[in-house]
Amino acid sequence: MDKLLEWLKRVDFPTLVISLFLVALFFVAIFVEVPIPSLLSDSIRRIGMNGVLVLAMVPTIRVGVGPNFGLPVGIIGGLLGALISMQLGLSGFLGFWVAVFLSAAICVGIGLGYGWLLEKVRGQEMMVGTYMGYSIVAFMSIMWLMLPFTNPDMVWAIGGKGLRYTLTLDKYFGHVLNNFLKFKVGGVEVPTGLILFFAGACLLVYLFFRTKVGLAIDLVGQNEKYAISSGVNPKRARLVAVVLSTVIAGVGIIVYAQSYGFLQLYQAPLFMTFPAVASILIGGASIRRANIRNVVIGTVIFQTLLTISLPVLSQVTRGDVTEVMRLIVSNGMILYALTRAPREAG
Amino acid sequence: MEKLKKVLISYAVPIFFSILCVSAVLVAKIPPLFLASEIVRRLSRNTFLVLSLIIPIVAGLGLNFGIVLGAMAAQAALFFVVDWKIKGIPGVLVACLMASAISVVLGWLAGLVLNKAKGREMITSMILGFFANGIYQLIFLFFVGSIIPYRTRQFLLPEGVGLRNMVDLYGTVASALNNAWVVRIGTIRVFILPLLIVGVLCLFITFLFKTKLGQDIRAVGQDMHIAEVAGIDVNKVRVIAIVISTVLAAIGQVIYLQDIGTVNTYNSHEQIGLFSIAALLVGGATTRKATIWNAIIGVLLFHTLFVVAPSAGNRLFGQPQVGEFFREFLAYAVIAFALAMHGWRTKRILM
Amino acid sequence: MRVVLEMRNISKSFYGNQVLKNVNLTLHEGEVHGLVGENGAGKTTLMNILFGMPVIHSTGGFEGEILIDGERVNIDSPRKAMEYGIGMVHQEFMLIPGFTVTENIKLNREITRENILSKVFGKSLRTLDFPAMREDAKEAIGTIGMSIDELAVVAGLPVAHKQFIEIAREIDKKNLRILVLDEPTAVLSESEAERLLDIVRYLTNKGVSILFISHRLSEVLKVSDRITILRDGAVVDSGPASKFTLSEIAEKMVGRKLENLDLPPRTKELSDEDTIMSIRNLRVYMPGETVKDFSIDIRRGEILGIGGLAGHGKLGVANGIAGMYPAEGEVYLEGKPYKLNDASYALRNGVVYLSEDRRGVGLLLDESVEMNIAATAILAFGEFTRRFLFFTLYDRKKIREHAMEMIRKLDIRCKSPSQIVRRLSGGNQQKVCLARAFTLKPKILFVSEPTRGIDVGAKRLVLDYLIELNRKHGVTIVMTSSELAELRSICDRIAIVAEGRLSAVLPPTASDAEFGLAMAGELQGGTHRG
Repeated sequence: MDKLLEWLKRVDFPTLVISLFLVALFFVAIFVEVPIPSLLSDSIRRIGMNGVLVLAMVPTIRVGVGPNFGLPVGIIGGLLGALISMQLGLSGFLGFWVAVFLSAAICVGIGLGYGWLLEKVRGQEMMVGTYMGYSIVAFMSIMWLMLPFTNPDMVWAIGGKGLRYTLTLDKYFGHVLNNFLKFKVGGVEVPTGLILFFAGACLLVYLFFRTKVGLAIDLVGQNEKYAISSGVNPKRARLVAVVLSTVIAGVGIIVYAQSYGFLQLYQAPLFMTFPAVASILIGGASIRRANIRNVVIGTVIFQTLLTISLPVLSQVTRGDVTEVMRLIVSNGMILYALTRAPREAG
Repeated sequence: MEKLKKVLISYAVPIFFSILCVSAVLVAKIPPLFLASEIVRRLSRNTFLVLSLIIPIVAGLGLNFGIVLGAMAAQAALFFVVDWKIKGIPGVLVACLMASAISVVLGWLAGLVLNKAKGREMITSMILGFFANGIYQLIFLFFVGSIIPYRTRQFLLPEGVGLRNMVDLYGTVASALNNAWVVRIGTIRVFILPLLIVGVLCLFITFLFKTKLGQDIRAVGQDMHIAEVAGIDVNKVRVIAIVISTVLAAIGQVIYLQDIGTVNTYNSHEQIGLFSIAALLVGGATTRKATIWNAIIGVLLFHTLFVVAPSAGNRLFGQPQVGEFFREFLAYAVIAFALAMHGWRTKRILM
Repeated sequence: MRVVLEMRNISKSFYGNQVLKNVNLTLHEGEVHGLVGENGAGKTTLMNILFGMPVIHSTGGFEGEILIDGERVNIDSPRKAMEYGIGMVHQEFMLIPGFTVTENIKLNREITRENILSKVFGKSLRTLDFPAMREDAKEAIGTIGMSIDELAVVAGLPVAHKQFIEIAREIDKKNLRILVLDEPTAVLSESEAERLLDIVRYLTNKGVSILFISHRLSEVLKVSDRITILRDGAVVDSGPASKFTLSEIAEKMVGRKLENLDLPPRTKELSDEDTIMSIRNLRVYMPGETVKDFSIDIRRGEILGIGGLAGHGKLGVANGIAGMYPAEGEVYLEGKPYKLNDASYALRNGVVYLSEDRRGVGLLLDESVEMNIAATAILAFGEFTRRFLFFTLYDRKKIREHAMEMIRKLDIRCKSPSQIVRRLSGGNQQKVCLARAFTLKPKILFVSEPTRGIDVGAKRLVLDYLIELNRKHGVTIVMTSSELAELRSICDRIAIVAEGRLSAVLPPTASDAEFGLAMAGELQGGTHRG
């Protein structure tokens, strides 16, 4: 009993509330006879699909610059990688991996610039990051119209110039991870490849934070002066963290796109940031501390919530209420994290 | 020479945008009379909203992304004024009163939240706006027509619950202020009443900064700690600044919407936050300093660009879309730039 | 003489750390009362309590009572303090940089006029009466005999002017009866300081009582009627100024009798020829503790003490060598040139530093005991690591083993190695710092204020461990401390820093008077060799 209380104390209040809400929804779902297996398949797919993007929050939070509100910066890099892979006409796993490596390379470049900028505006990273994200998305919207892509699957049918809003990935690397070793248990479909990829990404990041570079990032986030006295260069540590986050975001969008089956351009990257930030916070992270557990728990809770609430709530009212609920939950969560009193001053 | 350099640097943003505007106008080949009438109209339509941002900046809260709360309050008030069929200037007045009442409450809540997030006010006010947007959608998509009675069927979605994307103000309060007093200069129609209201607001802001409250706001904005040691109730002053700003934004949104004539139920308020802030910054304001003139010049420059960008884009790239994305990019980029400057300066002060 | 203010049995703790213990203070009408003590002795905290500063009430308030004119008062905000006629000139300027001199002097006491709106909406909308405010400001500035343009913006003024504007602001308060001056002369030149002392006398003639805090002891002696000396948050002595001499004050500020520790013998005697580090003309730009010119030879295997009054630069020396603050000068480590301004270089060459700011610099408060001990060693030397695939990872098992050993050895009282450090007591936190230092295998260990803020029993253990490091492991130790008694109990010789320069090197057996003079920078006869 004591142990339970102790454990409850450690769990974040909103995490608890949202989990309880989720459990309640499950019961309602059983009651209103919504097919549970298909709900489960759906939520598993969505967890794997969004998880990597949430993972991108870890490095920047741990180094002390807060959640990466400039997620679109990395996403743009990922999109570029994916587009080049499509332009080359690569399909299947080859297309996927080429896209991943290309976008990682592009994101390192963009990340260096972005990290340099954030270093200049120390203390305002969240705000500057948000608007850098908006700006780059608007700028790239122009670029999508101007860049010399020629693959007829990608450009507008009429005029042959400018990329389409959504590009179908069926002929390229759509669902390659999802279909890899896919199996069904009792009506629940498990996209093994997708889950493996997410798990692998988590493991890599976990391992990274146990190397010297990762430890340096941690120390800078916790106590910059301690880090300096341990011989760490805090500016470099922050730069590495931002680049890493940007790269993960780039890879994350490719994973997302292959699972979704479409590549979304123009305004779409903007809608990825806040759910990702909210997810890690729901998992119990704060704007100063985060770990892999927060990523996994947060993604699982948030995505399951979204999947289950749709059929359940649509029994009561129109289905688009889930969209509104997502807005309220995710922004409410971020708001809570921002207004939480910082830990006792050190 | 040094002095000239200093002036150039401190007015870099407005100068850059003036050049951009002039070249865009030249490229777009837009008839000057059309441009002039558009600008005059936008000046009477948008300036009030932009002015509502000034007080929080002076109070040290930075750009108040929370003005969307005021805008939402205004829209909520208008929906009911339309439903109750109150027409003309009385309609506008009722809307302003209702919107102000709601805004006082919302502004007070926002102020309390921002006091809990000192040093992170801007991002917090932005997220607060998004959060409030969720609540707003919940109310007007799902509660109106079900829990909240609403009679005008034509504005409701087919099932009778939730408002449609567009709520029409024609025949009720559309152009109520505009048409009260119109002066024609050639083909340009000048709406005097909204301009007069803007003028009154300018006077009020100038007056406010000559009062005790204004002095307290300035002191808090410059240094919270010193103000507190001098015995000023810092938290209260900050809440007052946010309440005033939210109320002004609500009135500003009513003025804006009576001019536009239709309410874009789920979009109008979002856009207004972005474009008002961008306009103020284009006018040379920073996150720590803003004047009435920044607001007026900003509206002039930003909206000139707004009008001409699509045709300029079309002429240059053969795609009007490019121009549209470009003006969006400018709005975001100018905010990003101002924030970066703000971050860079704060960092230098700390060093 | 009438007693204006009485502070009775004032006690205050920050985060479980007691900084004031039963302090009593009385202030007579029209007197200047000097308040002296080392940094961290509690002077500023005491004054913050008197002025109702937010920092006191946001950390749980204080114990004891304050009486004004014999009546108990509750001062919970600066506004309250002002209502009782208490004024304060803070150590850091409380002036709004973007405001004019007038606006600053009249801050929150503006003169206002009625207007139509204020009649409807209340007093806060009254218009400011600038001409009247300007008159007042002019008069206040005139009173202190300065000629400062009352319409100038404060930001561009010289620091001395800012200091005088602060005083003008206090003088302008018509109900002013008690004025606290916290280090008012720190930023002034000699002639300006003279003028300030004149203003002090002018005010006392008008019946204002003044609490005068300063590190410049000669000034305190000159201007004060009575003096109270604080040490470690308690009053050690109080009385008329004529009762004290300068070196007596210095001695009382830092002195303390400590029972003698039995120092074990060395296996190898110290020798002047065997120098481990020699420092030549070291300058360190550490705010508040600037080192202007410091040279010394550190002998291999010795325990060297560095003492001196707060603000004179004793803390700067270690910070400069360790690369925490910008430094220049020539330093040789074992005869080879030593690179300054590079913390990582220092660590790799066996120069380890334990900061005086344990919570701010020395510890990761929200991290486990074991990580606090091991993190620096992992980063600097790649210790406690193993290979895994193409990663070099830190090894929790190795860290745990080492941490357990250190916990046993240093008797660190914690629930487990994974407990977070914030929850430990000050003494145990310091032991964690020492364990961290030991893990880095130092050749030479710079340790600053190792016993500050920890209880007596733990102090003893910390000093014992330092001796063990020195005698058993042959680590050369440079210990900086405000507590002279502590330095004298374990050091082989003690370097005293005054005004950023080496003032004297004394043997621990030198007399209290000699130490007092050395700290005041007035010891004749140059440096002794210990």
